[in-house]
Amino acid sequence: MAITLDRAVGQRDRGWLSFLFASQAFWVLIAVILACLFLSVATDSFATAKNLYNITRNFTFVAIIALGMTLVIITGGIDLSVGSVLCLSSMVLAVVMHAGYGIEVGIAASIGTALLAGAFNGVMIAYLGFPPFVITLGMLSIARSLAMVASNNTVVFEFGPDHDALLALGGGAWFFGIANPVLYMIVLALVTGFVLRWTKFGRYVFAIGGNEHAARLTGVPVRRIKVIVYMISALAAGIAGIVQTGWLGAVTTNIGAGMELQVIAAAVIGGANLAGGVGTASGALIGAALIEVIRNSLGLLGINAFWQGAFIGGAIVLAVLFDRIRNFRQSE
Amino acid sequence: MAVLELVNISKHFGAIQAVTDVSLSLNRGEVVGLMGDNGAGKSTLVKMIAGNFRPSQGTMRLDGAEIVLHRPVEARQHGIEIVYQDLALCDNLTAAANVFLGREIRRGIGPLSILDYKAMYRRAGEIFKELKSETPPRDFVRQMSGGQRQAVAIARTMLSDAKIVLMDEPTAAISVRQVAEVLNLIRALRDRGIAVVLISHRMPDVFTVADRVIVMRRGRKVADKAIEQSSPEEVTGLITGAIEQV
Ligand SMILES: Nc1ncnc2c1ncn2[C@@H]1O[C@H](COP(=O)(O)OP(=O)(O)O)[C@@H](O)[C@H]1O
Ligand SMILES: [Mg+2]
Repeated sequence: MAITLDRAVGQRDRGWLSFLFASQAFWVLIAVILACLFLSVATDSFATAKNLYNITRNFTFVAIIALGMTLVIITGGIDLSVGSVLCLSSMVLAVVMHAGYGIEVGIAASIGTALLAGAFNGVMIAYLGFPPFVITLGMLSIARSLAMVASNNTVVFEFGPDHDALLALGGGAWFFGIANPVLYMIVLALVTGFVLRWTKFGRYVFAIGGNEHAARLTGVPVRRIKVIVYMISALAAGIAGIVQTGWLGAVTTNIGAGMELQVIAAAVIGGANLAGGVGTASGALIGAALIEVIRNSLGLLGINAFWQGAFIGGAIVLAVLFDRIRNFRQSE
Repeated sequence: MAVLELVNISKHFGAIQAVTDVSLSLNRGEVVGLMGDNGAGKSTLVKMIAGNFRPSQGTMRLDGAEIVLHRPVEARQHGIEIVYQDLALCDNLTAAANVFLGREIRRGIGPLSILDYKAMYRRAGEIFKELKSETPPRDFVRQMSGGQRQAVAIARTMLSDAKIVLMDEPTAAISVRQVAEVLNLIRALRDRGIAVVLISHRMPDVFTVADRVIVMRRGRKVADKAIEQSSPEEVTGLITGAIEQV
């Protein structure tokens, strides 16, 4: 035997440094940092409190939902309904609180609605074998329509007796002056990262994306895990909806419209592979950050806002290209 | 006494009759070569033993007691392990993660328990060492050779005290040197008293390690005899149908 047991067991296929260099999220992070440094020097308006505040506002909601989306993408699925589910959850919260109920009831109803939407997606996909794309596209339409029905397509900006509590929840800064949404995002990212790395559930999520058939044969409860994953995705959208409602202080039936594309872009730029089996929580945050920095910088640099889509699309293509090249090198 | 007995087992998929009226018994520490042409029903037969398919008809007895298997997990609980033809590995996971898939070692208690990477790397390393395979537990299966992938799939069967190990074409896609490794492993399993069913197309493999050969043709068992009483020529005849039945 050429290698001893201890060496075989202790041997890492790559050191942590090369592991880092092979990680897509790492390079995207470098890009984000470079862009921020450049913008700080090149413009007077980037590194101002107000602008940074704007950036975090826009980026945290996408990032929170991208965490759930990353789980879905790791299993090899997709969830197009997150923007609408965000809207529906926000609207349920708003309508319930507006009707005079307390914030606890409002949040419970809102989260419950999100979980129901996620469970519907998950059951249709896992047990009835519908393609995730189709079912969640249906939910995209259904959830927003229900939000319009619930509110009669009006703007809700009075949240009953707990109005101030809701605004504090979303708009406050309870911890060292860090905006609450950022805190929630960090906590949720840590939880997601922990679950993916240290729990059986997380291991199964990766196994399903790697080889669903194999996972089923080895006794992984594939269907149940899938349902849970879609519920988590909807839950993330619901949480983002609640926080955003408190932050904005108003809900309209078009919030979250088109957000699914930003969320998916964030996950993919952060290294999640749409073919399944690959993705990280940190990648979701970093991907969301890059998108927001691109958007923000175009404005500050005086570039026509119509270019936004081209740059974000370019970032997606680059990210996937990077992944291709890496796979190509590995297979040689 | 036979560890496993199949009595008049049949399986059809809709109109397709995959296995017809097969009876056989397996003894402790015995290697049985299962041969037959493509589509003869070999995989279907072992998948019924492994709990992947329910037989349409017939009964199975384990240690004399009748068993009905609904899922692969139940077969595993009875000490029946299978190495699938396509190996059923997740390329995006490490060797150790694949070995323990569905049976992860955890530390901590109840809902607070977390994956015990260290214990799984160590145990997987020990098993690979027993298999005399140089398979690093931390490497991703994506990067592995055919022989290493085979070792990962076989290592799974060694996690628990198996009574029966079913192998579906373990030597189909690997190099000659690796075939010798797999055959050695089969002998190691046999020496522990495990009954091994080896599906193979390779005549030399079966005549090297098997104690008995069973031949299937079009879903039926057409031969079941001690290896020293048969010959590759006879088995070839049985597979092709040149010899009707023995
Ligand atoms: N899941 C299935 N559904 C329908 N037909 C199947 C299935 N599995 C096997 N068969 C059919 O059963 C027959 C036996 O197949 P199989 O057991 O795979 O043969 P072997 O492993 O001997 O090549 C073939 O005709 C095959 O097409
Ligand atoms: Mg077969």
